[in-house]
Amino acid sequence: MEELHVLLRNRGKIEPTDAAAYAATGGYEALRKALAMEGAEIIDVLRQAGLRGRGGAGFPTYRKLQFAYDAEGDVKYIVCNADEGEPGTNKDRILLSTDPCSVFEGMAIAGKAVGAHVGFIYLRAEYSYIVPVLEKAIESSKELGYLGENIMGSGFEFQIKLRSGAGAYVCGEETALFESIEGKRGEPRFRPPFPGVKGLFGKPTVLNNVETLANIAPIFRNGPEWYRSIGTENSPGTKLFTIVGNVNRRGIFEFPMGVNLKDIIYDVCEGIPEGRKLLAVQTGGASGAVINASQIDMVLDNDSVSASGGRLGCGTILVIDDSNCIIDIVRNNLDFFRDESCGKCTPCREGGTRLYQLISKICEGHGSMKDIETIKDLAETMRLTALCGLGHSTAVPVLTSLQNFMPVYEKHIDGDDCPVCSETETETA
Amino acid sequence: MIQLTIDGQNVSVEEGTTILEAARKVNIKIPTLCYHEDQAVKAVCRICCVEVEGQRLLPTACNTPAAQGMVVRTASPKVIKARKNIMELILARHPQNCLSCSKNGQCELQNVARDLNIQEENRYKLELRRVEKDTSSPSIVRDMTKCILCGRCMDACTAGQEITVMAKENRGYHTNVVPPYGKKLADTTCVNCGQCVQVCPVGALSIKDDTNEVYRQMEAGKKLVLQMAPSVRITLAEMMGEEPGTVSTGRIVNACKKLGFYKVFDSDFTADLTIMEEGNELLQRLNNGGTLPMLTSCCPAWVKYCETYAPELLGHLSTAKSPQQMFGAVIKTYFAKKAQLDPAEIVSVSVMPCTAKKFECKREELKDSGYQDVDIVITVQELAKMIRTAGIDFKNLPDVDFDQPFGLGSGAGQIFGATGGVMEAALRTVYEVVTGKDLAKLEFEAVRGFEGIKEASVDLEGTTVKVAIVHGLGNAKKLLQQIREGKADYHFVEVMACPGGCIGGGGNPSRTWKKVEARKHAVYESDKNLPIRKSHENPYIKQIYEEFLGAPLGEKSHKLLHTTYFNRRDLLR
Repeated sequence: MEELHVLLRNRGKIEPTDAAAYAATGGYEALRKALAMEGAEIIDVLRQAGLRGRGGAGFPTYRKLQFAYDAEGDVKYIVCNADEGEPGTNKDRILLSTDPCSVFEGMAIAGKAVGAHVGFIYLRAEYSYIVPVLEKAIESSKELGYLGENIMGSGFEFQIKLRSGAGAYVCGEETALFESIEGKRGEPRFRPPFPGVKGLFGKPTVLNNVETLANIAPIFRNGPEWYRSIGTENSPGTKLFTIVGNVNRRGIFEFPMGVNLKDIIYDVCEGIPEGRKLLAVQTGGASGAVINASQIDMVLDNDSVSASGGRLGCGTILVIDDSNCIIDIVRNNLDFFRDESCGKCTPCREGGTRLYQLISKICEGHGSMKDIETIKDLAETMRLTALCGLGHSTAVPVLTSLQNFMPVYEKHIDGDDCPVCSETETETA
Repeated sequence: MIQLTIDGQNVSVEEGTTILEAARKVNIKIPTLCYHEDQAVKAVCRICCVEVEGQRLLPTACNTPAAQGMVVRTASPKVIKARKNIMELILARHPQNCLSCSKNGQCELQNVARDLNIQEENRYKLELRRVEKDTSSPSIVRDMTKCILCGRCMDACTAGQEITVMAKENRGYHTNVVPPYGKKLADTTCVNCGQCVQVCPVGALSIKDDTNEVYRQMEAGKKLVLQMAPSVRITLAEMMGEEPGTVSTGRIVNACKKLGFYKVFDSDFTADLTIMEEGNELLQRLNNGGTLPMLTSCCPAWVKYCETYAPELLGHLSTAKSPQQMFGAVIKTYFAKKAQLDPAEIVSVSVMPCTAKKFECKREELKDSGYQDVDIVITVQELAKMIRTAGIDFKNLPDVDFDQPFGLGSGAGQIFGATGGVMEAALRTVYEVVTGKDLAKLEFEAVRGFEGIKEASVDLEGTTVKVAIVHGLGNAKKLLQQIREGKADYHFVEVMACPGGCIGGGGNPSRTWKKVEARKHAVYESDKNLPIRKSHENPYIKQIYEEFLGAPLGEKSHKLLHTTYFNRRDLLR
């Protein structure tokens, strides 16, 4: 199976910090085109292209821009969410470290569309080593007139500023990210008001994932019809997939949306090593659905994955072989979520730890069917009532694993010793 | 207008109204914990979740705006189940010793749990936060094992008072609300105003209870002399379950007698005394080129605030003691002599609408009588508890008069309870003392009301005196900045730390602006009905100057009724 490199077109081929090298490949031409367009026209191109967010929810990008475009106010912001915190995910890191100018170009076009003159890149704390690359690339782009004041003689100004996180997963949630940039404790805000109306520093803000922004320049260079010709009807374009876990070939791959999960595992990633069998797959990172081996003949685009109870999310696929226990995997997920809960709302703050405790009890062979009922009940309450996506998605691996692996749970409850689970120790709260 | 349906009822509301507000409009009660009607919406407890047709999740009513055609169900089985599950999570982290909690019977968590009909055994192991109770403050006790992280106290301290003594530390399950750097409350910039206690829905923040000390002193056979602040008669009945603004002066005096207090005096009297001293101090400053604007000093939370945040401006504070401390000094000198009592046998108790008064009475320098001038301060909340403990039928108690020789306070003393009251009282006296004329109208409307910073000017025979009234420390902060910048061209400014003044103080029953408004109304009504409404016309004031003090600002007054302040800037480190 052939990859299609739209986003990764420059990976390893140009010096990432050199805006001239980026321009030599046709870079910043899309921005030049957009600078000659009205904001509404730019947004319409993105509408025609059908670009959807690549960070998690798959929200139509043009609509986010439209909200900020429609909002009153002289000061508006573009924010690039580079707080790539989903366990196992590296795609944004690759984009930013190998082709940062493509992300800047997308930000500047978005800025031109809504009338924003400042863009922030909120970089994951662990990616601090990319800071010099980004700083040099911004400087180089400014020197050549692709960023800064009076871009390419158009009179349009767009400045890009870097801000670093401090390691909290929840700061990838857009409003918590705003709080963090504003220098406050990283906690999500309730909505409405929506960021398009009242976002960063209370101003209309468009926040997009790194990968989403990297899609914008190719759309303007090649046109929305070209973009629509790639991928599926409801999810056009290509997608970066980070494949981790028990496969022979791990890494980041770019495929048109709609690629089959089974093909990715067995063709692209060359199957499961050491003759082991596939046990399960978790799509979309730790907050994704856990499906069993019989469910992997699945088209990967936003809508198909949602139908499985999970989400395509950031495109991370964790392949799990039969040397693992699914309950141990779920416990590991929950350990992550309870640790990353910001503590603001009751269901997530308390529920995350309680789910972890209950799953651990089952892991250790002390669980009962009553505990399974409590888990279902609690996970459902968290999904329905938590303040932000973190609390909602904590429930996803739990509920989907219960749906798809009930016999495994029953076996643990019956007291059969699980060789995997007995190896792991439960953290005390 | 927006039309929506809540539990089958059609409701019509303004745009921007939340589901919670819309529901309340038609008397549908949605349970809340973090919501407080005077504060910004927080939407963190999630207990007010409701079902909205067409929505996948259960949005919270407190922050979700009503929308045209919305169909809301506030008590469907799905909603009730979610609420019970959230409550179960909260209760699994909350101490179960409700019967010995200061908030027993007044606890919002208790009420919501009762309304949700929580009977099932909790499915989770009880896990309390492993944090020590902080009893370091003379005013406020912090027991964070009881905290439900609603965020109200932080809102009161940060958005309201702009001090930020408390903030969240740690994350997730380990989140806790704490003073900075592991400090104890007493070692922070906390001014003891108790506004955090006022809004705490549970017993995590409570008033330091000194009632046992009162019983102990009674048992030891001491003569307990009680003084009662102007606001107490306005808010005590409310604490006993009556309507906000029910004035119960005579009933409280009666109850205190029944409780065993030897004498019950009216702090309105020393409020009048304060006016005599402070008013004359103002005139002296005006005439002799003293430091202006002169700032009032009767609010101990404000005094500590000024000592901490603006020690360079302490020269602006009036040297007059607060009415409580004036009374303290007078009780153990003038009264002791008159009643032929050994001051060592007197225990001076005051009942106050204020938590900071507990701090004030312990200030080292306030021992001018030769003893600690005020020994014990109890708040309205504590006095109400003592009345209940004694089984006194407060509602049906006949009125009893205050004891002599301080039996009478003027209306001017009475209005000290509301923001602007001290100023109005001072103006009534200063005007008449300076001009020698009677005021045609005693009510100074410009200094009344809840506007954050009020201004007025009074013509004193050609000299215009400019005054301002400030309440809430956020506003006080602005005033101090104006003074620093030389932009405060006032002669006299009244400052009260608590929003609304003493009737909004931390020692009262839990506040809302609606209740404080009713209390304010009662303050001005009771002034109207008093026979004497000007401090300098109080015959007992005349008497104490004649018999004991001499003249305002005289030697004896200076010793007993005036004080000094300290630089507390170190607390900021």
